[in-house]
Amino acid sequence: MSFKDHILSSFIALENEVDTNSYVHHIRNEALNDFEQLGIPQRRDEAYKYTSLKSLFNKEYVLFPKKETSISYEDIKKYLVHQIDAYRVIFIDGIYSSHLSQTTHDKFDVCLMSSALNNPKYAAVIEKYYNRLATKDGLTSLNTAFAKEGAYLHINKNIAVEKPIEIVYFSTGNEAQLMTQPRNLVVVGENSQVQVIERHQSLSDNAVLTNSVTEIYAAKKSLVDWYKIQNDDLSASLIDHTFVAQQDHSEVRMHTFSFGGKLTRNNLSFYQRGERCNSVLNGVTIIEGKQHVDHSTLVHHTAPNCESFQEYKQIFDERAVGVFNGKVLVDKIAQKINAYQQNNNILVSDTSTINAKPQLEIFADDVRCSHGCTIGQLDDEALFYMQARGIPKKEARALLMFAFANSVLESVKIPEIKSRITKLIAMKLGVEIGFDL
Amino acid sequence: MSKYTEEQLEKELKNKEYEYGFYTDMKSDTIPVGLSEEVIHIISAKKNEPEWMLEWRLQAYRVFIEMEEPEWANVTYKKPDLQSISYYSAPNSKPKYDSLDEVDPELLETFKKLGISIDEQKKLSGVAMDVVIDSVSVATSFKKTLGEKGIIFCPISEAIQEHPELVKKYLGTVIPQNDNYYAALNSAVFSDGSFCYIPKGVKCPMELSTYFRINEGGTGQFERTLVIADEGSYVSYLEGCTAPSRDENQLHAACVELIALDDAEIKYSTVQNWYPGNAEGKGGVFNFVTKRGICEKNSKISWTQVETGSAVTWKYPSCILKGDNSVGEFYSIAVTNNYQQADTGTKMIHLGKNTKSTIISKGISAGKSQNSYRGLVKIGARATNARNFSQCDSLLMGNECGAHTFPYIENSNSTSKVEHEATTSKIGEDQIFYCNQRGIDTEKAIALIVNGFSKEVLNNLPMEFAVEAQKLLEISLEGSVG
Repeated sequence: MSFKDHILSSFIALENEVDTNSYVHHIRNEALNDFEQLGIPQRRDEAYKYTSLKSLFNKEYVLFPKKETSISYEDIKKYLVHQIDAYRVIFIDGIYSSHLSQTTHDKFDVCLMSSALNNPKYAAVIEKYYNRLATKDGLTSLNTAFAKEGAYLHINKNIAVEKPIEIVYFSTGNEAQLMTQPRNLVVVGENSQVQVIERHQSLSDNAVLTNSVTEIYAAKKSLVDWYKIQNDDLSASLIDHTFVAQQDHSEVRMHTFSFGGKLTRNNLSFYQRGERCNSVLNGVTIIEGKQHVDHSTLVHHTAPNCESFQEYKQIFDERAVGVFNGKVLVDKIAQKINAYQQNNNILVSDTSTINAKPQLEIFADDVRCSHGCTIGQLDDEALFYMQARGIPKKEARALLMFAFANSVLESVKIPEIKSRITKLIAMKLGVEIGFDL
Repeated sequence: MSKYTEEQLEKELKNKEYEYGFYTDMKSDTIPVGLSEEVIHIISAKKNEPEWMLEWRLQAYRVFIEMEEPEWANVTYKKPDLQSISYYSAPNSKPKYDSLDEVDPELLETFKKLGISIDEQKKLSGVAMDVVIDSVSVATSFKKTLGEKGIIFCPISEAIQEHPELVKKYLGTVIPQNDNYYAALNSAVFSDGSFCYIPKGVKCPMELSTYFRINEGGTGQFERTLVIADEGSYVSYLEGCTAPSRDENQLHAACVELIALDDAEIKYSTVQNWYPGNAEGKGGVFNFVTKRGICEKNSKISWTQVETGSAVTWKYPSCILKGDNSVGEFYSIAVTNNYQQADTGTKMIHLGKNTKSTIISKGISAGKSQNSYRGLVKIGARATNARNFSQCDSLLMGNECGAHTFPYIENSNSTSKVEHEATTSKIGEDQIFYCNQRGIDTEKAIALIVNGFSKEVLNNLPMEFAVEAQKLLEISLEGSVG
């Protein structure tokens, strides 16, 4: 059975479980039609020119895991930023785990997509925001067709959420081949602030494919600080679509740390819909082996006086393949834009590859747009300098790589995340570091 | 003129009419419109071509009919109907000229209007010239002087007759017949073009130059240029283009192949000023050109282009850096105005060790035009110590135009260094203010900034062309300089 047929028959199974007369199910039906037409993106599609999804979609995935697995806090503690108090929305094989989570409905909602979709109380918000931002492409539509669970965050006006919200998806490996399709909706009201940590983690070495879609709405003067930690098992792959809509004076900061996973594709789309918004897209990628990480970013400036900053630092070793596809689109009315994009890459081995395509499409004349892309190596003289002072080569290299990635690390606002990322990098580079960045 | 502001400059740009839009009434020999195997047979027969050449063309045609017109470029246009084009139009039926006296006086008049009076240039600038009008080469000057050095510079149709071994050996080696849609079309129907061979160790004593002009209505220009620089030789080649103003779109699909053997150097400069269409975007030339060069060991190919004309431009002069230590360069200024569209750039393919490439691209868009840079830098796994530097700057004038960059970078070598940077901006008020502050009035400041913006490229043009290019750069700086 082809993947498409498998999907179509699974959809019938889904219809037995959900309310087929609901508003959301109409959307699901439409999305399924779109998926039937669009299919899985191929290499001949410009957006997937350098990333082949073939090896992911030739398997027969289980879409609805049966068994509920009990996992104790101790099993997963190390994957959480457990040193800090946080709201937690935790899923095991795509199913919400209430005993591991800590949600709230007090003043603002940090809860489940399934309850938001089924509870009439949230109908207004769902109708206004759900699936309004996600674009129609094969994989997003596939997610929309099967979406029923994920995190639902709704922060009202004038609230600064006092602690970070951690959204973690675990897969247990009870199924040999599991595909999950989480769907998150985040609505941040005027003048509000929120910090979110998102992670997908496989607990076994069975094949896992996650096709995730997140929609984020940042109202006027709001601040969203989002961290994606991607350090999954080498058998797990992630296709992530994150859509962000920003209103006047809002700021959305997105950090993506990609260290693990077999194939990771990050589609980040920012739509600036109000004046004086600021978008920050930062990323650090350090991969080796046969890993493949693809960052595909879009910043669409549709209003004047806005800014966007992108900074991606990437290091590739062994047979790793990296793709950076950054696009800045400036509409005719979006005057006085300052758009900046920087993509620096280090190729450590001769067999690693980077394919970069930083694009600018500009229709306004009074703008400052620039992008820079470099591919190079560590400075031999700097290495020699350190070795001459008694620092072993391995450590010296690690130091240089830390320095290379540091500008992104410095913009991390949560200290615990910063030290965790620092440790992950140290692990990745195989060194013990005696300093805290 | 009191004060020269950006608005005025913009206005001037908008109103500037195409200066070369005259039509020369000459007897010409045009074959019926349409494309078929038969047409190719006719073209080949008219050219007295040997059997292998006809076979080569037919091969290309067979590949061509299987292909589809590509749509990925960032341009929109009504696809030319290839069946309504005449694929052969020769001015006058006389095949060759021995001296200028024999040339049709009207043709000479054309040259004068173009500002390239052959005899004058012969004496003054020492440029050897090949003029291609409606796809047939009409004059090649300085043949004797070049002949003494062993340099062959002649129409490609002549080269097919007289130097078949060279043509056979190199034609289609850089741009194979099946390379792309328009290259295949060109391979099938090309009617003339220039051929140049520089023997071993010879430094060509003068600039070689070709002038292209589409004259007859409803014809397409499909010229084919082949430049071969043998070991240790050097040549600088210039190419200029114009076409008369017409309401319908004319198609120009040329192929240029450069071959730089060991230690050779080729400098190829283009000033493209095909008719861009009128201010409403009507008419104009579709310029769909394939240009590519291959570099062997220690050789160098340098492309310099000034693109001011054509309704739609679609070209990527490229370098395949095959030999170790070879160097590729690309310097480009593309100016688009009114409804012009340009999608241009380069490909640098690094295969050999220690290969170097430089890309400097300057785009200036005004009116309602769209200007795109599209480039590829590819570093192969064996291209140790490869080095690339790319810089793409765009200048926007007015808020109805667009500037785009699509750089592709593919690197699979850890010892290589690749740098790419791009900026888009308008003439900054702060820049003008800075100049004003130092006693330079706005008029001069704009001239200075635009000049400075394109200087890196203009500097790379040979002297004779640099002057013309500056003139063509539609940014008319008259009244603002000096």
